[in-house]
Amino acid sequence: MPGFFSPFITKPDSVSQIMLKVLLALIPGIALYVWYFGPAILVSITLASLTALATEALMLRLRNRPIAPFLKDNSALLTGWLIALSIPPLAPWWLVVIGTAFAISVSKHLYGGLGNNPFNPAMIGYAVLIISFPVQMTQWLSPHGLGAIQLGFIDQLNYIFLGVFPEGIKLDALTMATPLDTLKTQLHLDGQISEILEMPIYGRLAGHGSEMVAAGFLFGGLYLLASRIISWHIPVVYLGTLFAVAGLFHLLDPAHYVEPLFHWFSGAAMIGAFFILTDPITSPTTHKGKLIFAAGAGLITYLIRAFGGFPDGMAFATLLMNICVPLIDAYTQPKVFGKKEQKP
Amino acid sequence: MRSLFKFHGGIHPASNKAQSNHKPITQAALPSRLVIPLHQHVGNSAKPIVEAGQRVLKGQIIGAPEGHVSSAVHAPTSGVIAAIDMQQVAHPSGIPDLCITLIPDGDDEWIARESCDDWQAVAHTDLRHRLRDAGVVGLGGAAFPSDMKLYSHKHQIKTLVLNGAECEPYITCDDLLMRERAAEILQGAEIMRALLYAEEVLIGIEDNKPEAIAAMRSAILDGKHQNMEAVAVPTIYPGGGAKQLIRVLTGIEVAAGMRSTNLGVQCFNVGTAYSTWRAIRHGEALISRIVTVTGNVGQPQNFEALLGTPVNELVAQAGPLPDTRGYIMGGPMMGIRLPSAEVGVIKATNCLIAMSDSLFPPALPALPCIRCTRCVDVCPAELQPQELFWFAQSKNLLKAQEYHLFDCIECGACSYVCPSNIPLVEYYRFAKSEIWAQETSKKAADAARERHEYRELRIEREKQEKADKLAAKEKAALEAKALKSAAPLPPAVEGANVSLYDAPVDADPENTMQLKIQAAIDHAKQQAAVSKPENTEHLTPQQQAEIATIEARRARIRELALSSADEHTKE
Repeated sequence: MPGFFSPFITKPDSVSQIMLKVLLALIPGIALYVWYFGPAILVSITLASLTALATEALMLRLRNRPIAPFLKDNSALLTGWLIALSIPPLAPWWLVVIGTAFAISVSKHLYGGLGNNPFNPAMIGYAVLIISFPVQMTQWLSPHGLGAIQLGFIDQLNYIFLGVFPEGIKLDALTMATPLDTLKTQLHLDGQISEILEMPIYGRLAGHGSEMVAAGFLFGGLYLLASRIISWHIPVVYLGTLFAVAGLFHLLDPAHYVEPLFHWFSGAAMIGAFFILTDPITSPTTHKGKLIFAAGAGLITYLIRAFGGFPDGMAFATLLMNICVPLIDAYTQPKVFGKKEQKP
Repeated sequence: MRSLFKFHGGIHPASNKAQSNHKPITQAALPSRLVIPLHQHVGNSAKPIVEAGQRVLKGQIIGAPEGHVSSAVHAPTSGVIAAIDMQQVAHPSGIPDLCITLIPDGDDEWIARESCDDWQAVAHTDLRHRLRDAGVVGLGGAAFPSDMKLYSHKHQIKTLVLNGAECEPYITCDDLLMRERAAEILQGAEIMRALLYAEEVLIGIEDNKPEAIAAMRSAILDGKHQNMEAVAVPTIYPGGGAKQLIRVLTGIEVAAGMRSTNLGVQCFNVGTAYSTWRAIRHGEALISRIVTVTGNVGQPQNFEALLGTPVNELVAQAGPLPDTRGYIMGGPMMGIRLPSAEVGVIKATNCLIAMSDSLFPPALPALPCIRCTRCVDVCPAELQPQELFWFAQSKNLLKAQEYHLFDCIECGACSYVCPSNIPLVEYYRFAKSEIWAQETSKKAADAARERHEYRELRIEREKQEKADKLAAKEKAALEAKALKSAAPLPPAVEGANVSLYDAPVDADPENTMQLKIQAAIDHAKQQAAVSKPENTEHLTPQQQAEIATIEARRARIRELALSSADEHTKE
């Protein structure tokens, strides 16, 4: 039976298609991740997806909501993928499960489910993990060719699920600190930027391998822009602010402040700019608001990276700016038709 | 080349016009009966002036305009009045309204018509009267009495905009009218221009109607019309909304609650201009109109249909397909779903779309809003539809008004693009009707409170007056006693006496009461001045009609809101 009230036609577009396109846009970055760091990340993504869907179903059931339409909206999958991408792939299985389950249950459903969460669920999941399990959260895989030993895929699975390594291999030999972390530690040890970047972990712009993964996310992000899933405001202003602030410090003291492009291609800057900050539910709706939001996030990311206790500041920058969204929206309401100054 | 302006947002739905615009306008067959509502325009219902059983002639007034804002209703053909009673009308509520049923006698015999070769010689007031008596109202869908809109001071209006944009999908009646009867539309425009003292006439036609644009342009040249231009405007919905078309053609933005005439523009549908010409030049009342019959029919086309023609009899001539389930009157974006196919065509019926499940699939269940702001991107009023939705859903009506709920023109662009399939416009209609209902009941409560307060005041005053009288009597008695006891009046007492009668006003109890009353009135006035103007104040008759429409829908919408709430709580 057709509808009763106008409009009687709608554009064939849906939340699940939007979310699906975002998932697709993550694939170039994931592919490069596998290329440089091995297939362990695919295991994390699979684990996160299953956990996300199971938690989503459970929470919907507990909340007496229809399960099928919400499972099909792909939003839980997206949260799972983003969490998997933000934690070390060679981590015990329960790490990704706890992070994802917490993100979906507490930061999404306890706030009212899809559309009602004030904080980005993936970033809440990440924040919980990095605060609760700091040791496991620093076990990043070294890229191919850099680590002392390369672990086979079966051995990786054995570690992820059973916590055992082949005879004689220790975890330390497989993992290393991230490029951002290394930079921070070395600077604390009074290193000079120019010397630090000579270390084998660094590539052309930033971390060897991880810079290419960031480039993959940039590529996917451009696809999102082109298909109008996201608008330019947040990524451009976020990266612009990060570049400007980093550039300013680098100009003032190049020995202790790394160049801005390093920041772009390190850590979660790229995936954050295009995939995390742009989450429509937790970002402002007005154009002006998006500019303020992104600029704030860029500034906080830099401050945490350069002066804070954590190597990367993307997650906390996102969460801090998420809090401000209702306020930003309230104060950036644009003028409506006929109530502006007449232009002609 | 004229430089055009843009309005924000808009959408590009499939136009679906090609189905019905390739055939010339067909004269619809005389129906078996005509059901003519007396209220087919904005304003007061026409008053029936015929009786059942009476024979009437084509063009004879059967409903006389009543009151300031009203319009006449005529017999569309000659025949016998069968009934004057309540019948279903073209309104989604299905609430019956007073209709005249006419059984045509097949003679199609005209009443004596007063033609007019030289309308320029006729006084403007007279022209407006003729339009009112001819029942000419806006044919773009609003059905506002045209005579009311054709009143203006000299030098007030610069531009007369003729709306031939026809931005809604499926509808082609204006397209065909412009192709076939361009010269008469322009003649009507000249009458309108004269009545408004307008300098220029701009005819806005969307560029997906090249034949209509060409026909109008050549008619302008042939008729040697000065300061008149047919302008091709970009095809974008809702580019045919009066405010949007005025913006595109002149750059002027007419804010909500404002009249375009105060900014020097007046806007009419091309069909109205045509009817104006027929009414003035030929003395023909508005008894028929062009109706696009399309959608789920075998031969979509445009008919010239008599007003009152039952929808099913008209659609039958276009061959409705068997899986038709209901009809839309108007376009798919802003039209209404007819409660029954028996209702008569009215002056506002520009299009009838037969619905089927394949052409108009049922709405998908709504998901929560994800704040994607696609609705913001398309809103021609530059609102924040997602915020309005939030406030309407939570019944935060004050906030909804703060976010300009009443600037919403209900074009439906937001609902069209919403990936969560939220019936946004329905929420806005609901919030608007709630606010109107609240304001109406608040007004009633205010009046009752004022009455009560005044009564209290009056009782108090009467009590006081009684007490004063009593006191004065006692005093007089005392004084009389004192006068008796001391015959020569001591000067001190005289002074006291004087002070008693010449006391300053505020000492006088009666005056004190008056002051109190005055203070109360002042206070009330002050409060009235402080309180914001209400949305139910200064409504145009059109808006009042809208309120009535929306009121009728409220029950159904509440149900919708409740059921969607249920969906979330149940499974």
